[in-house]
Amino acid sequence: MSLDNKKVKEIAYLARLNVQDSEIEQTASELNNILSLMDKLGDIDTGDSEPMAHPLKMSQRLREDKVSEEDMSKEFQEIAPKTGKGHFLVPTVIE
Amino acid sequence: MTWETVIGLEIHSQLRTKSKIFSGASTAFGSEPNTQACAVDLGFPGVLPVLNEEAVKMALRFGLSVNADINKNSIFARKNYFYPDLPKGYQISQFEIPIVGNGSIDITLDSGENKTVGITRAHLEEDAGKSIHDLYDDFTAIDLNRAGTPLLEIVSEPDMRSAKEAVAYAKKIHALVQYIDICDGNMQEGSFRCDANVSVRKQGEGLGTRAELKNINSFKFLEKAINIEVERQIDILEEGGSVVQETRLYDSIKNETRSMRSKEEANDYRYFPDPDLLPVAISDELLLEIKKELPELPTEKKLRFVDTLGLSHYDAEVLTSQKEVAEYFEKMIHQGADAKLSANWVMGDLSAALNKSQLEILDSPISSEELFQLISRITDNTISGKIAKDVFKLMWEGKGSVDEIIEKQGLKQMTDSSAIESIIDDVIANNPDQVQQFKDGNSKLLGFFVGQVMKASQGKANPKQVNQILNEKLS
Amino acid sequence: MHNLTIAEQIKGLKNKDFSSQELTQHYLNRIHDSKLNAFISVTDDIALSQAKEADKKIASNESSILTGIPYAHKDIFCTQGVKTSAGSKMLDSFISPYDATVTKKLNHENMVMLGKTNMDEFAMGSSNENSYFGPVQNPWDVSKVPGGSSGGSAAAVAARISPFASGTDTGGSIRQPASLCGITGLKPTYGRISRYGMIAYASSLDQAGPMTRTAEDAAIVLNAMAGFDPNDSTSANKSVPDYTQGLTNNLDGLKIGLPTEYFSEGLDSGVEKVVMQSIKEYELMGAKIQEVSLPNSVHAIPAYYIVAPCECSSNLSRFDGVRYGYRCEDPKDLNDLYLRSRSEGFGEEVKRRIMIGTYALSAGYYDAYYLKAQKVRQLISEDFKKAFKKVDVIMGPVSPTAAFDLGSVKDPVSMYLADIYTLSVNLAGLPGMSIPAGFSNQLPVGLQIIGNHWSEELLLNVAHQFQIRTDWHNHSPADC
Repeated sequence: MSLDNKKVKEIAYLARLNVQDSEIEQTASELNNILSLMDKLGDIDTGDSEPMAHPLKMSQRLREDKVSEEDMSKEFQEIAPKTGKGHFLVPTVIE
Repeated sequence: MTWETVIGLEIHSQLRTKSKIFSGASTAFGSEPNTQACAVDLGFPGVLPVLNEEAVKMALRFGLSVNADINKNSIFARKNYFYPDLPKGYQISQFEIPIVGNGSIDITLDSGENKTVGITRAHLEEDAGKSIHDLYDDFTAIDLNRAGTPLLEIVSEPDMRSAKEAVAYAKKIHALVQYIDICDGNMQEGSFRCDANVSVRKQGEGLGTRAELKNINSFKFLEKAINIEVERQIDILEEGGSVVQETRLYDSIKNETRSMRSKEEANDYRYFPDPDLLPVAISDELLLEIKKELPELPTEKKLRFVDTLGLSHYDAEVLTSQKEVAEYFEKMIHQGADAKLSANWVMGDLSAALNKSQLEILDSPISSEELFQLISRITDNTISGKIAKDVFKLMWEGKGSVDEIIEKQGLKQMTDSSAIESIIDDVIANNPDQVQQFKDGNSKLLGFFVGQVMKASQGKANPKQVNQILNEKLS
Repeated sequence: MHNLTIAEQIKGLKNKDFSSQELTQHYLNRIHDSKLNAFISVTDDIALSQAKEADKKIASNESSILTGIPYAHKDIFCTQGVKTSAGSKMLDSFISPYDATVTKKLNHENMVMLGKTNMDEFAMGSSNENSYFGPVQNPWDVSKVPGGSSGGSAAAVAARISPFASGTDTGGSIRQPASLCGITGLKPTYGRISRYGMIAYASSLDQAGPMTRTAEDAAIVLNAMAGFDPNDSTSANKSVPDYTQGLTNNLDGLKIGLPTEYFSEGLDSGVEKVVMQSIKEYELMGAKIQEVSLPNSVHAIPAYYIVAPCECSSNLSRFDGVRYGYRCEDPKDLNDLYLRSRSEGFGEEVKRRIMIGTYALSAGYYDAYYLKAQKVRQLISEDFKKAFKKVDVIMGPVSPTAAFDLGSVKDPVSMYLADIYTLSVNLAGLPGMSIPAGFSNQLPVGLQIIGNHWSEELLLNVAHQFQIRTDWHNHSPADC
């Protein structure tokens, strides 16, 4: 599978990354080099092998339903790039 | 040309756990912004989710209530998209294997007929925060208190054929989640939210292209939104156009739906199993335990009302359609109230008064104990049913207890036969013509005499005695 | 003092040969004199106050084994009130509001944090050249890379500017720099050490571990780092043995497997020679050597370089300039905020892996990439299962070559290919170690020891026995 410039732009946008027009050729060729390595997966006969999402065969542990966290909003807001009236602020979002 | 409407609903029900689904932050509504969002909810670097046991149990409670298949190993997945109120850039949800699989629920249509609506699945996920657009001119403000609140997303089959059916289904689910105590059902606060997938087709044809309606926060708007969307789609199709598959926002002020382009662009969610969470194993023991703890469900309650209390199917349906109403009614029965009379009062005067004042039954100024007392005064012949209506009004206005009102207003029923007799004697003496006609065979006039006696006694005379004495005197 | 092992320093503190404050100041001086760029932050004040506190505890007999021992913390572990950058511009301004579980555990021992070590950005890299804070130099030859991603930690321990440094290993990030810097590095079984507060690269592969000079030191430190954490769903609720207990066990009859696939083309002959000599040493100790086959290990590179980027593309979505970290100047709208903050905040390799992962998870490609990689992962894991039915440990090289020149590998694919011997261990969740085994062209070479799940005790035992009979771990770079 090979990526063309258009696809590279689409992926970059999905990941919210900028790829300048001047870099696009370079980026596409790097990604295609890497993908050619990954495409070797296609040749492997995995038979009926179960996909392994996790190295350990464990089940999810459940947490007791109790409130254990204190309000740390002050500390959190102090390190935020832009805040106001207790909120995190971003440029106006149009719905 | 007849068009058939096809509707499926996705209901987001906030689970009433104390803490969030993946963190120990509180879920309480209405706190100062961001004071209930901990490091996990804010998606700080390095934080990890741990699943809330109660959220799992609540999902199972729902699953068992709709006779659904329970997946013994469900998987949490990440739904990836960027939005400022989604702190991690992904929502933890369930995708391929949800905790609750196929189930169904019966709804009662206006015709009185039952219809079974399929439930495709119900899965656990975390709620997002809130974007506030009207706090600043140049900024959108983000409050992440809601982020991480547990949600059960209940997805129906596209089984509804009208807005009314969709509302009946939504109400049924709304009642159920409150019955089984997993959601407070508060639609204003967003605890119970409906998205509707709406499409139209010519009868007998395959499914049409659907639009997903969002932002519906009442049953009234659900009905309106679907109806207006159906009209829009039919107009497009009849003009030879085609419906676009998209998300549309319902605007209740303009009563219209409009396209939400912002949500549409590039919605490739790239779901994959969340590597921070492991498969949720559900044991048979846990299922059994939850089944045992399950309260009486609305359908079971309805049947019991019919079978053991002798109510009609209609009355039983109305009384069980809301958990609080059923509880109010049952409290009266437990105190020994007559079932039929109680049903009539709850569904009649009480319900009318609540509607008029736009109150929920929990906020009723007349408690179930008080209404029980009122009914007792009817059955013990202290007052008549008609006088009871007046007492009810005074009680509603807070003029005192049942007995105080009866006492103060002198509404106690007249049961002294000699007193009733003397009123009847006066009535007979004052209406010689009618007496003659009655004696000539116009038996319908008995009602006239009863009316006159009741009027003269200011409604207090015991109607039974009045009838009896009148009959004796006039014969 | 810096030539003492942790075990020796513990004795020194106990015998009042020196105080923790003296020890700490000594290391701080060495750090400030060092030009290796091993640290992103040096936390003098914190270190000295922790040392003071430790001395008090020692004086009042309230100390635990590691009280007062200085260490360097990889800058991927959150440290409350201290910059936690993960080697990225994105987090250059990030003062963590909370402590990682590992940080808490080490604090609980009253260990002394000297500072935060340099690393490849978000742990993505094998040479430490992907750090926003500049590359780290290999103490054995400053023109060479120290390896990565825990390059700062490895260089710090090798240069004796910290007796212990924490590391994390997603595809070899403890073992490979340990090998290239000639120190002992242990990546435990997945789930052994809490990941809470360790900035995630690839969640199903990441695992923290100790980087020390000796196996004995690694055992002492692992005792403090390991254990169940209710805040990490993937942490194993399994008791922690005292890892120092088994160190002296005899290796007579130990069955060592050599995977044929690990000794094929591409392996530098100097490295191979060192590895084979070490194996001989084990034979002399009474171990039985046999060949094993890990036929699917050759697929580890494509499998890893799908799984890791997929997870990282999602893990790194939280860096959006909204709640913490880098935010671009004057964003004109929301998309501009996202696009510029992320593009300006992330380095090239990180962006590359995010792009690969985003693509591999996108509609239409998921089955061919992610799902297929997970199936291959299963096959790799099964290979090990079969092998461990026959042998107790598996040995081989860590890296195909010794340390290479800074700036010499420009092509990402070539860099990825060099991870061939370390990736499988992460995919299978197994414990693995690198111990100093000799030199090739004056550069250290590590021997990799791989064990079955939860066999850290055995690995440390096997490593310690080697270090009793050899002194490779005692060699130190010039100027040290």
